[in-house]
Amino acid sequence: MSSSAATSSTGSIAVSVWRGDARHGNFQLFQVPQQPSQTILDVVTWIQRHADPGLSYRFACRVGMCGSCAMMVNGIPRWTCRTHVNKVLRDNRLTIEPLRNMPIIKDLACDMSEFFDKWKQARGQFEGSSTRDQQVAALSPGLPRRRIADAATECINCGICYAACDVVSWNRDYLGPAALNRAWSLQNDERDCAGEQRLRAVAGDAGCHQCHAQQGCATYCPNELNPTASIAGLKRMVSQAWFNKGLACHPGKKCGLGKRHA
Amino acid sequence: MKAHRKQPLYLAFLLHRVSGLALALFLPFHFYVLALSLQGNQKLDSFLHWSQLPLVKFAETGLVFLLAIHLLGGLRLLALENLPWSNAQKNYAAIAVASAFFVALGFLLRAF
Repeated sequence: MSSSAATSSTGSIAVSVWRGDARHGNFQLFQVPQQPSQTILDVVTWIQRHADPGLSYRFACRVGMCGSCAMMVNGIPRWTCRTHVNKVLRDNRLTIEPLRNMPIIKDLACDMSEFFDKWKQARGQFEGSSTRDQQVAALSPGLPRRRIADAATECINCGICYAACDVVSWNRDYLGPAALNRAWSLQNDERDCAGEQRLRAVAGDAGCHQCHAQQGCATYCPNELNPTASIAGLKRMVSQAWFNKGLACHPGKKCGLGKRHA
Repeated sequence: MKAHRKQPLYLAFLLHRVSGLALALFLPFHFYVLALSLQGNQKLDSFLHWSQLPLVKFAETGLVFLLAIHLLGGLRLLALENLPWSNAQKNYAAIAVASAFFVALGFLLRAF
């Protein structure tokens, strides 16, 4: 269907936008005027302001900091505020959908609860042992573990890696690249004291060993992080713990760090 | 193929998975041929005679390619998971495919 504001001049782009909710929906076609330096988010915003105010989507900062505007653009997950139209336009057409692997709330807005819940399951919270009365720990930027952690810390939680990962679509329990990347950065944080529990959390059936190293996460990460490298690091860490202390994260058996759990 | 899968390391994954499945399907046939030797010389010789057909030799070349690509791809994955990370994964995957191709080509040249 064409919108009331549709134009068919040569300076317009044919944009197919997913409309619907978790139960049903289909693509709706809009003609959007092409502008210089136009981003995909500009296109979506134009549609909402000039063609259909009912279009739902999510954004906040518009400068690649907040990670809230990620969508599927021509089948590839991208941060729409930093994706220029002229880089992804094919035959003057665009297809814009909500991120894969997450339930659709409405139109281009998806429910990211599961994505953030998995961060918690992977124990993605920093757990320090010092109090506010103690001095701040001094960590040299040159420390080897600090440098490893640094390489994984620039994640903006956009969900692009999660949408790019086929293992997430095959196994709904899989923690996913972002949560495991976060776990890896904390495992290399000298100040964190929850390494044992976190290693147990990521060593389970839905953890790091599910990764098939397809590297879609690393290919499409807008901040050029490499979650596959982080997950490989976790696999090595779990293997070392198993060889050292006999990893078995089943109730009633010894865990990877030599402790017995109820 | 979906757009997000069109990247070299997904193809490397796909090749590893498909070659593994194809080898698994071939394995019962392989065991059957080995079992022929237990049933006497004549049965095995009659099969070996059949295996001299050019079509069978081409099929064997394909099998050698599958075996080589699965072995080399598996070594790449073992290195990825157990050695310090290297950013040259695409290069390693390309080397694995090229090496498997040359191994299969070598087999084909020796087969005729």
